[in-house]
Amino acid sequence: MPTTIPIGLNVNGIRHELNVEPRWLLVDVIREQIGLTGTHIGCEHGVCGTCTVLVNGETARSCLMLAATADGAEITTVEGLSTGETLHPLQAAFREAQGLQCGFCTPGMLMVAHELLRENRSPSEQEIRESISANLCRCTGYQGIVDAVGLAASSQASAPAAR
Amino acid sequence: MATTERRWIGKDIPRLEDPKLLAGRATYTDDVKLPGMLHTAVLRSPHPHARIARIDTSRARVLPGVFAVATGQDAKEMTNPLPAFCAEPVVQYCLAVDKVRFVGEAVAAVAAVDRYTAEDAVALIDVEYEPLPVITDPFEAMKPGAIKLHDPLPSNLAFEKTLSFGDVAADFAGADRVIRRKLRWHRASAQPLETAGAVCRYDPITQKMDVWSNTNMINYVGWLIANTIKVPAGKLNIYPMYVGGSFGSKHVLGKIIGIASMLAKRSGRPVKFMEDRVDNLIASENLACDRFYDAELAVTKDGVFKSIRVKVVDDYGAYFQFGHGTHGNALAQVTGPYRMGSFEYTVQCVLTNKCQQGVFRGAGSDAGNFCLERLVDAAAQELGIDRVEIRQRNFIAPDRFPFKTPCGNVYDSGNYPAVLDRALEMSGFAELKRMQAEARAEGRYVGIGLATAHQRSVYGPTEFWFWYDSPGLTTAPESVGLSLGPTGEFVVTMFSPFWGNSPETVVAQTVGEEFGIDPSQVTVTYEDSQHALPGAGPGGSRMTVMLTGAVAGAARKLKDKLAKIAAHQFEAAPEDIVFADGRAMVKGSPDKSMSYGDLGLKAYWFKLDLPSGMESGLEARHTYDHPYLTKPSADRKDLGAFYPMMAHGAHVPVVEIEPATGRVRFLRYVAVHDVGTIVNPKSLRGQITGGITQGIGMALYEQSAYDADGQPLTASFMDYLMPTAQEVPPFEIGHVETPSPFTEYGVKGGGEGGRMIAPAAIASAVEDALAPFGVRVDEVPLTPERIVKLVEAARR
Repeated sequence: MPTTIPIGLNVNGIRHELNVEPRWLLVDVIREQIGLTGTHIGCEHGVCGTCTVLVNGETARSCLMLAATADGAEITTVEGLSTGETLHPLQAAFREAQGLQCGFCTPGMLMVAHELLRENRSPSEQEIRESISANLCRCTGYQGIVDAVGLAASSQASAPAAR
Repeated sequence: MATTERRWIGKDIPRLEDPKLLAGRATYTDDVKLPGMLHTAVLRSPHPHARIARIDTSRARVLPGVFAVATGQDAKEMTNPLPAFCAEPVVQYCLAVDKVRFVGEAVAAVAAVDRYTAEDAVALIDVEYEPLPVITDPFEAMKPGAIKLHDPLPSNLAFEKTLSFGDVAADFAGADRVIRRKLRWHRASAQPLETAGAVCRYDPITQKMDVWSNTNMINYVGWLIANTIKVPAGKLNIYPMYVGGSFGSKHVLGKIIGIASMLAKRSGRPVKFMEDRVDNLIASENLACDRFYDAELAVTKDGVFKSIRVKVVDDYGAYFQFGHGTHGNALAQVTGPYRMGSFEYTVQCVLTNKCQQGVFRGAGSDAGNFCLERLVDAAAQELGIDRVEIRQRNFIAPDRFPFKTPCGNVYDSGNYPAVLDRALEMSGFAELKRMQAEARAEGRYVGIGLATAHQRSVYGPTEFWFWYDSPGLTTAPESVGLSLGPTGEFVVTMFSPFWGNSPETVVAQTVGEEFGIDPSQVTVTYEDSQHALPGAGPGGSRMTVMLTGAVAGAARKLKDKLAKIAAHQFEAAPEDIVFADGRAMVKGSPDKSMSYGDLGLKAYWFKLDLPSGMESGLEARHTYDHPYLTKPSADRKDLGAFYPMMAHGAHVPVVEIEPATGRVRFLRYVAVHDVGTIVNPKSLRGQITGGITQGIGMALYEQSAYDADGQPLTASFMDYLMPTAQEVPPFEIGHVETPSPFTEYGVKGGGEGGRMIAPAAIASAVEDALAPFGVRVDEVPLTPERIVKLVEAARR
């Protein structure tokens, strides 16, 4: 059997000490070993963006990253957005503007939008389109997603601080 | 009906499905994890056509972590052929037996502790192939003497038929002019972001097989899959999963369930097989029709359409899974929204060394719309009649419904002039033309597209068999269970899965409407196939109609019992009980009312307060059959009503093209749809914009391409190009509501219209933009390369 190496990942604020094969992808470790299945696998070759998570605050395609190279990283998945019984304002905006249909690309879209709104508090429609254009959605035609991110930006602007 | 006051049907409520999807808490097939579960990888053929001389799996079997290996020989022993919706002897197993017929066909499969180890093992399987001549061109494949893909067939022409309705010869003879076009619709594929998959768990002692899979038709085809995997139908249980998009591509999934079930039987452990993206791109049930049209429209000099004659060659790839179903589908609306007394349709279904066709949103009627609308634009040009005017002259008038088409299919209702008018008004059509003229004066190539086309809805199964002499299935029902609990809470049980749309929202809105309660208070659950009532599942734009129908039927039954209980309480007549604002009350006596909570409590736990002889509890189940399906005549001169809820749309895209690079950019996109009564405007809008986006893909980018040697050229998302947020414009969506007289609330289906109409509209826009060159558009997708070639050819 292939040998494993010990790594530590901080996922949604919880520290995980794991033994992983060097070849295992980050997405497989998140889903199979840590048991967080909100991060989905779409293409496994870095095109569709479905598996996007935040690694040390930056979006990353967890299907293109080896878990071993994430040793010591802070990782946020879709499960880390909402707390308790309340959807994150961004998730609530996706619901309000119907920025989703089947829900499969949604976790990746949420992570990309989260990063965008952190860096640009009032993005234009074109800036939103640009930022989500590396992620594929096959259901919505993107209109609802663009509207949702715009809506989240405007409610963020009227709120004291974004999480 | 349009004026009926409704409280919840038609209201823009947030979807019930959303919170769990947004929080990442829905369970998709790949999220299923069972104790001891193994993972599958599949060895696929690198050859488009070859005999399998020898397979040696010995090295794979001894790799640590490997629990089972299966080959075609095992498939032949352990399974029966996959379900096929055709009468022709085209046999397909889940793993290739003796021969491979396309690149990517599954040759062997391994179950191991994880996917990584399974892939290691696949690399250790040695296969000796004896390559055979390869046929990729359907016209070559049809020729006598061409090498046959399937020995039991007389030739690669798997099916050929001409169906003729009305006096086609006389209509053509009497025409002033015949408009003829040869058109090409290349093969696209659905590509939902979730691939297809299954987890199978087998108990050899009881013979019970549990299946968790994103197949959409868990009840409709479950009994067929039981035969394929050789378990008694009553012992097969398929659990409904949340599905990450289907678009028609996950109807059956026999190959996947077949492979996982064999490995589960062989290993004695639960086995998961999730396709990876390459599996899905080159070997799933994903690929759509691939057609060559030779079509003629008979017209008078005034632009009146008399008849249409369509000859179509369809390249089916290596197998015939859904037979000519997509042509039966297209027959529902061959003549579109136009009056015509006759038509003739000739189809040739040809087998070649490519992956088999499956179904993709539109199911063949998408290509049919493209064919008809291209002919209509051609007629307008050749006769010198404005393309809006020629359509208006030929539309079936709003007072002619229900309208029987030449082949016997019925259009339930419609108002095509109103839909077109609304699209012209929203787009500012006249103003657009001025803008276009100004752009042309500046040397810019701006085009305005127009398509006015149909979207048949509510699938009827006769389309699969009216081609033959012997009959087949005659219904496609859908059922729900509806209960009111002892604390007054409504629960709806569905028997078909969430397939990426909004079924929970639809049923909750219907319960809200029927009982006067807030839909967010309704709980919606799904039931597995062993506990199912009849249900055909999602497909053919049917679920909104079928679920509202099923819930309305169940509500009537439940109200019947509630009225008896309330009437007994108030010493009133059951017919005097009305339901509103969360209560049952005696008509005209608001003081005599009971909440649903009180009624629930009585029905469950206060038997002595019930009318004598009444059973405790409050549950109603209802099976809603196809609302309007009639039998084809014995001579097949009348195919009967099979797709009668006829939705309609008019699209006006505005594009700008760079002739030097072939780049197409959208300046506007206006779409007006009439899907009868709207249940949820928000989810309908998503269906339309999502469908148009796939239609943009079909029109400009998406092609599941093969080279002449049968090698797939689009085996990754780097090569199979789909629109991103940068390629699609903000959409302007409008509605006209013409209720159907045949369904509950007047609902029609709206799931496929966007994709069925957009390619025709965009082809028209591109042709219009390039009109200064005299370019004619006869082919989609209009990739940059094709556009540049069209312009170059026209310049020469």
